Amino acid sequence: MVNCFHCGDPCSDIEIKHEEKSFCCHGCKTVYDILHDNDLSYYYDLQKTPGISPREIAGKYDFLDNEVIVEKLLEFNDGNTQIVSFLIPSIHCSSCIWILENLNKLNPAVKTSQVNFPEKTVRITFTSEENSLKNLVILLSRIGYEPYISLDDSDKKEKNINRSLIYKLGVAGFAFGNVMFLSFPEYFEHSEFWLDQFKPFFRWLMFAFSLPVVFYSGSGYFTSAYKGLRSKILNIDIPIALGIAVLFIRSTLDIVMNWGSGFFDSLTGLVFFLLIGKFFQQKTYSYLSFERDYKSYFPIAVTKLFKNSEGKIVEEQAEVYTIKKGDRLLIRNNEILPVDAILIKGNALIDYSFVTGEAEPVSKQSGDKLFAGGKQQAGILEVEVLKAVAQSYLTQLWSNDVFSKDKTGIFESITDSISKRFTVAILSVAFISTIFWLVFDPSKAFNVFTSVLIVACPCAIALAAPFTLGNVLRIFGREKLYLKETSVIEQMAKVDTVVFDKTGTLTTNQKNLITYEGVALSNEEKQLLTSTLRASSHPLSRSLYTILDKNNIQTLDDFEEEVGKGISATFNDNSIKVGSYEFVGFYDEITSELKNRTTVHISTNQVYKGCYIFNSEYRKGVSEIFEQLGNDKEVVVLSGDNEGERERLETLLPKGTKLYFNQKPDDKLNFIKTLQQNGKQVLMIGDGLNDAGALKQSNVGFVISENTNVFSPACDGILDASQFKKIGDYLNFSKSSVKIIKWAFLLSLIYNLIGLSFAVTGHLRPVVAAILMPLSSISIVVFTTIATQYIGKKLRMDINKQS
Amino acid sequence: MNIIYMLLAISVFVALIFFALFIYSVKRGQYDDTYTPSVRMLFEDELVKEGTSSKSETSKEKITNPKK
Repeated sequence: MVNCFHCGDPCSDIEIKHEEKSFCCHGCKTVYDILHDNDLSYYYDLQKTPGISPREIAGKYDFLDNEVIVEKLLEFNDGNTQIVSFLIPSIHCSSCIWILENLNKLNPAVKTSQVNFPEKTVRITFTSEENSLKNLVILLSRIGYEPYISLDDSDKKEKNINRSLIYKLGVAGFAFGNVMFLSFPEYFEHSEFWLDQFKPFFRWLMFAFSLPVVFYSGSGYFTSAYKGLRSKILNIDIPIALGIAVLFIRSTLDIVMNWGSGFFDSLTGLVFFLLIGKFFQQKTYSYLSFERDYKSYFPIAVTKLFKNSEGKIVEEQAEVYTIKKGDRLLIRNNEILPVDAILIKGNALIDYSFVTGEAEPVSKQSGDKLFAGGKQQAGILEVEVLKAVAQSYLTQLWSNDVFSKDKTGIFESITDSISKRFTVAILSVAFISTIFWLVFDPSKAFNVFTSVLIVACPCAIALAAPFTLGNVLRIFGREKLYLKETSVIEQMAKVDTVVFDKTGTLTTNQKNLITYEGVALSNEEKQLLTSTLRASSHPLSRSLYTILDKNNIQTLDDFEEEVGKGISATFNDNSIKVGSYEFVGFYDEITSELKNRTTVHISTNQVYKGCYIFNSEYRKGVSEIFEQLGNDKEVVVLSGDNEGERERLETLLPKGTKLYFNQKPDDKLNFIKTLQQNGKQVLMIGDGLNDAGALKQSNVGFVISENTNVFSPACDGILDASQFKKIGDYLNFSKSSVKIIKWAFLLSLIYNLIGLSFAVTGHLRPVVAAILMPLSSISIVVFTTIATQYIGKKLRMDINKQS
Repeated sequence: MNIIYMLLAISVFVALIFFALFIYSVKRGQYDDTYTPSVRMLFEDELVKEGTSSKSETSKEKITNPKK
């Protein structure tokens, strides 16, 4: 088997020889020619087989002739120079970067182009006089880098990257370093001539450095503490804010009254370490989006048909948002219908699998209602709009309350739950010891009170969770489970109910399991069938064709394909009909059970033969994963599909697994809600837009994705489909990571007790605080890092053992 | 010993310059994409190599016109 020189796929069907190189298709060869002719063949030196075979795009980007749409896509436009950013999902290697940044060699109108590899975007500056945006998109598509343009791009969002955390961290680090220098002399010398001379100057300089730390870098803790108090939650930021405030006030008083050098070193160090923890927690997968809704799935424009002044029907590319009820639209093959509509003309074969979970494309007759989100699979359609985008059946789901809520605030984190008790304990220790000293030695009381609050500032506790979870997040990333944020891990550890979607989640998207039922076909008939299928482009014909013997393919005498229904062909007096049961006829011989499933029926010479049944293939390890999860969790399957697969599922899954069919998107959402009202912690695993509500409602929502580049609905985590059977291990892993956090809490409490023993007795000197605080923080960081790496390694080994 | 005031002033001033440069570079988005530049950096050299190995005419062009 030869592999394609351009894209590296095996050349299975055809092999095109060109300049002593093999190509799997003409698309790949064309790209090679384009690059070769323009002296860009370095592309192939940089990486082996870096290419992507280009897809058919004829007519697809006609909407870019519409100025309004173009204007919406452009980032900058002064009439001549235009700047545009594209998301190009197929960017995957250094060759991609190179070719995209050398676009000016292919088209001189391109001035500069810059790739952002982690985000898979390219930003292109070009002169519009020489080249239109449409040509640019076509150029990119021709070399295999088709941009992903969706409805989402039309609401231009200012790219507002929040960098405030980095600024805060920078300020804190800068101040921390300088304060350390200035406070150093006083650690060792108490009374020395020159030191005494400069003491006040050093101290006031430290004070100056700590001002931006308290009022800028630490401001987040004060606002968070205030918010917590207002909603009556004792979160971890309350003792931290208290600690920062007390540190600052006590230190200022110290230097004003000349009591000592203050705790400016501990103060700046504390804020610096805390912010590092926050920064570490923020691991983002910039090329994945966890916030997508239907807008990133829908097209930005559709072809609208209307009568011009002369009464002729003309096509126009219109923005999706401008489509109103009553408009006529033209939907081409493989286009997504963005609105609810009535079919007027054409053969509709609509694939709703992503939207409703129905596994099979449905064929519709004119007059039938079509729903938004369906993908046309055969030929051109003309439809009349029933409802505008925002009101369509599918998009209505997003008006549900769950989508306006932010999930992170709802669930209490483990740190907050411990800080409740911690805050109360600290305050009582502070007050009791103050009262004690007020009685015995009032001069020490203020000192003790502030010392307790300073030393008890839960820096180490606040760092335990961010560092543990940050590490775990990275380990999951390595194992191809991409989580939105660290709080998801805590939720994963609590899960006691797992809900699966069926289509696309338990099953793969390919249908490879094909069985034949009926009268065996003779060799002649088989040859006829293969020859007939060869000419058809229907997805079922294609997959059936690949499994049949391809000997003696003949040229047919007659061939006719009725789009979306079937094919009839004749050869040497033999006729054959291949297609749906409605097309082939013979209703009596087909059981109703078969009608529910994907079948291709065959009749030859007006005699019914049988049918090929396409079984959706279940992912490997479905039974094992259900058994593993079933041990200590409740497992449910929610399917938008009909009951056709019930029997197979029942044999595949352990007994007692609850199966629900014909679940609409709202039903799924409400099902999860009911579970939660019964006190369940729900993990939902789905894949399509129809699961979007359920994913959002559940405590943890994961999306299974065969290809992390393509669209996936809003969720808390994206799981690579190859890791499907490891879900159980991942859940256990999150449990052990929460255990680590608890151990880290214990460790930091020990430090706090040591510190408190200094504080309560009134012996806390700045140097003790300056040693204790970083020591506890660093040891927590070291402990959590080692512990998570250890359990990460164990997870690796467990997984390797299984496979 | 009063020179220490000046020394401190200078050291803080230098530190502030670096701090300002850091803020500036963050603001310009230099830390937004930390991966692509590391790959891009390696291209330029290779381009020249490719230029010399291919037709001499094109290589001349590239040498005389080295911008991008």
